Amino acid sequence: MSLHVIMFSLLAILAIATGVLLVTRRNPVSAAVSLILHFFALSGLYLTLNAQFLAAVQILVYAGAIMVLVVFVIMLLNLGKEQNLRENFNPRTAITIAMSAALIMQLVLTFTGNPTGKNQLSAASEKIGSPAEIGNILYSTYIFPFEAISLLLLVAVVGSIILAKRTVDK
Amino acid sequence: MPQNIPLEYYLALSAIMFVIGAAGVVTRRNAIIIFMCIEMMLNAVNLTLVSFSSYLGDASGQMFVFFVMAVAAAEAAVGLAIVLSLFRSSQTVYVDEVNLMKW
Repeated sequence: MSLHVIMFSLLAILAIATGVLLVTRRNPVSAAVSLILHFFALSGLYLTLNAQFLAAVQILVYAGAIMVLVVFVIMLLNLGKEQNLRENFNPRTAITIAMSAALIMQLVLTFTGNPTGKNQLSAASEKIGSPAEIGNILYSTYIFPFEAISLLLLVAVVGSIILAKRTVDK
Repeated sequence: MPQNIPLEYYLALSAIMFVIGAAGVVTRRNAIIIFMCIEMMLNAVNLTLVSFSSYLGDASGQMFVFFVMAVAAAEAAVGLAIVLSLFRSSQTVYVDEVNLMKW
């Protein structure tokens, strides 16, 4: 049992467990905290794949910025526990769980049915995961999407400010 | 358990996470929790892209993930601003109570 196998198993179990917790928690703050743990598990999985830059960016952007924003909004809205109007185990939830299980089985069988033969990380994966190589490629091959993303972020900032502004009463 | 993890294990894990997120989007009523399940789906796709990139030695997968993360951040800002203004006008974040445009 190499370290890769142990780390993958632990992080996969943590990712799935926190995912299920997110979907089932009534309290929005508990759901947000479990999603933060999920992002940390995913960052660990990126590290097992030699994607070092993306692991760091995942923590910075997702766990550090997006989830902080979500927790701010939850606190601002002062939401309580989500009221469980339907106390019983209603058929809609049962159908959802059954169809999700069927879909998971179908997807897993599709992915593992024809083995691709890729059993090891590629020899180049350590180089392409490093910030130096990502920077090289980002600023040479992908310079146009990079500039487009900066425009998108500007539009998003302006749009969210306008959307969230209180309308001035005349 | 083999000595190394084959590529299919990462893809299967990503599929499980995606379906869990999709089930959450369909089931939950709270708009913020629906948004968090959407983020989980995006992360499942990110994991697929990164695992393909690392196993095939192609850097484009990781570049795609970079841009997906940037788009997710922009979507988080705008989506939460929408939820805030919705709450301000109708005092609810539950998506089944927002039915003014239902015919």
